[in-house]
Amino acid sequence: MTTESKPEKRPEMAKQLPSERRSNFEEVALGYNRHEAVAEAKRCLDCKKPPCIKGCPVGVDIPRFIRQIAEEDFDSAALTLKSTNSLPAICGRVCPQETQCEAVCVLGKSGKGDPIAIGGLERFVADYEMESGVAAPDLPAPTGRRVAVVGAGPAGLTAAAELAKMGHAVTVFESLHAAGGVLVYGIPEFRLPKSIVAAEVDFIRRLGVDMLLNSVIGKISTVDELLFRYDAVFLGTGAGLPSFLGIDGENLNGVYSANEFLTRVNLMKAYLFPEFDTPVKKGRRTIVVGGGNVAMDAARCALRLGAGEVTIVYRRGEDELPARVEEVLNAKEEGIIFRLLTNPIRILGDENNWVTGMECINMELCEPDESGRCRPVPVPETEHTIPADVVIIAIGTSPNPLVSMTTPDLETARYGTIMADETGATSKPGVFAGGDIVTGSATVISAMGAGKVAAKAIDEYIGGAVRL
Amino acid sequence: MPFTIREKQELVPTIHQMDVAAPLVAEKAMPGQFVILRIDECGERIPLTIADFDAADKTVTLIFQEIGKTTRQLASLDAGDSIADLAGPLGRASAIERFGTVVCVGGGVGIAPIFPIARGLMEAGNRVISIIGARSADILFWEERMEEASSKLYVTTDDGTKGHHGFVTDIVQNVIESGERIDRVIAIGPPVMMRAVAGVTKPFGVKTVVSLNPIMVDGTGMCGACRVLVGGVTKFACVDGPEFDAHEVDFTLLMSRLAMYLPEEKEALDYEAAAEPTI
Repeated sequence: MTTESKPEKRPEMAKQLPSERRSNFEEVALGYNRHEAVAEAKRCLDCKKPPCIKGCPVGVDIPRFIRQIAEEDFDSAALTLKSTNSLPAICGRVCPQETQCEAVCVLGKSGKGDPIAIGGLERFVADYEMESGVAAPDLPAPTGRRVAVVGAGPAGLTAAAELAKMGHAVTVFESLHAAGGVLVYGIPEFRLPKSIVAAEVDFIRRLGVDMLLNSVIGKISTVDELLFRYDAVFLGTGAGLPSFLGIDGENLNGVYSANEFLTRVNLMKAYLFPEFDTPVKKGRRTIVVGGGNVAMDAARCALRLGAGEVTIVYRRGEDELPARVEEVLNAKEEGIIFRLLTNPIRILGDENNWVTGMECINMELCEPDESGRCRPVPVPETEHTIPADVVIIAIGTSPNPLVSMTTPDLETARYGTIMADETGATSKPGVFAGGDIVTGSATVISAMGAGKVAAKAIDEYIGGAVRL
Repeated sequence: MPFTIREKQELVPTIHQMDVAAPLVAEKAMPGQFVILRIDECGERIPLTIADFDAADKTVTLIFQEIGKTTRQLASLDAGDSIADLAGPLGRASAIERFGTVVCVGGGVGIAPIFPIARGLMEAGNRVISIIGARSADILFWEERMEEASSKLYVTTDDGTKGHHGFVTDIVQNVIESGERIDRVIAIGPPVMMRAVAGVTKPFGVKTVVSLNPIMVDGTGMCGACRVLVGGVTKFACVDGPEFDAHEVDFTLLMSRLAMYLPEEKEALDYEAAAEPTI
């Protein structure tokens, strides 16, 4: 073996065995150990013009932190990460790296081997930092400017962290009793432990950000009222409103939106009922409608609650599943049944208004239309019934209107998203927006990217260049 | 930041009044709105209608009946104790306009939320005929307050221990049939009562509003637990309501959805009982 030759394969990350993990809520993927991380880091080509940085919505200096891992200088690697990404332990776990930074990795594209496991390495460094004690961040001199951030999800937290690092006084208003948004109510413990979210939120608090929980903007204050007290406002209120199918039987007992089911299980810890007070129905047979990450999360939660049989019903085929390949694989390994090319017609119930099953019809994909998407069409006379006592609708969410409803001069688009330019500026002076409230539901990292871009624009708007 | 209980009293057996310090909520609260609270880290989020609010004193008044584990735990707290979380004021406020003559009906714990609405309607220049009812005289509360907030007050008890022996609907019927022009009825109480009031007013075509109390989790439109069917259309009570046209509400669905977690409520109480010291 010459010194130049590098292994083609990335180390496979250790996971809990499917037979064990299907009945607990502990983290599935166990992360790289030191040896694996260093070996993987050494595979990096350290490209002169690294495309991976451009592949990252927040522009992490990926080659640099990987080089530092290879040199076993993990503290410096953590500093590199944190200088551009305030939530690395979260991103290392839930970012779809395979479609972003890793998708453009030269090693992978050249066909010489697997792309570098950037996500796994990011997680390694972030976890290392958390275990060894996160260094207190250096705070710049205060600028005297005040910014209100509405919503403590990925977009809001990132904007808040960036603004605080610029020396602005930031207050975050969060409607729930915990900061994190979808990171705490949506993504399950076994994919993203809540202690990890809490630690990264705590880091942002230590940047001097004031987090006001239980504070529903649109109710305790309008955006106009915030503008009296703050120099600018960032709206990161997300896409929190659940969509339903609009079919018969959706109000039966035992039918949940994925948001409700996941909020009960994750945020309210219903999997620990009755130690925790919030209940959730533990079905014997659960159907989840939808094919995205949220559907996978809901199905895998239902399984862990003790549902004997969990079926995903999705109207398109395997290739069209919007969920991350890794999550589909995890779900399959755990025994989730996939009924693809199947569409619900109605939900069936008994005389006491309880769910008993779902009537479905088989679908087939027609030729792709101009948009390139194959439209599924029903196959006549293929109606059939799947028995179930819990049905979870995971077909998407739309923006929460509480803020736009109370801010008359804020321009919104179809489906209630807030109109914002590429810097996050809205139609209302001093008001910026980013994340799902602008794009409709997307990813954690794209929301973080928008938060970061908007923070820069806010800094310029409030005259951040002129320091006091 | 926890929310401190300033005052707490058991108004009548199992029904408690709690004044909680919540400056921002108190400043913005309007009649008809509610809060969501969570007692501690292990707690569930429950909605409670705001019974009164004092912006100067920075408190909101909550009234609740001990029913399940959470309301019992809430009842065990005293002045000086605190609640981990309280968010509000949520939901749309009650329409307070000059309607003319309005009948305000409060049944059981529903007397609490009807009070600020009656008071608001009086201040807006309406003639307010209030009808409050309870199973028995010993669990009837806020009669004096309701007296002050109304042009005329009727009291009913199911067992005849006070006022009219019978139901609030008897009086609603009498008032309408007396020939006085009634411009609006608003009724808050148990679903069976609200359904009965809707049944009485419908033949007369009197606009009737009820405040619905389905199970909620977040209270901001995020989860859809509080789905109610109004005029054949699914609405979220937390953001679209809690007040709806009584003649359009599907009360059967409301009641069956309210019963969704009865087995779990019992399980929670049993778990609590088992955890208590046995000395």
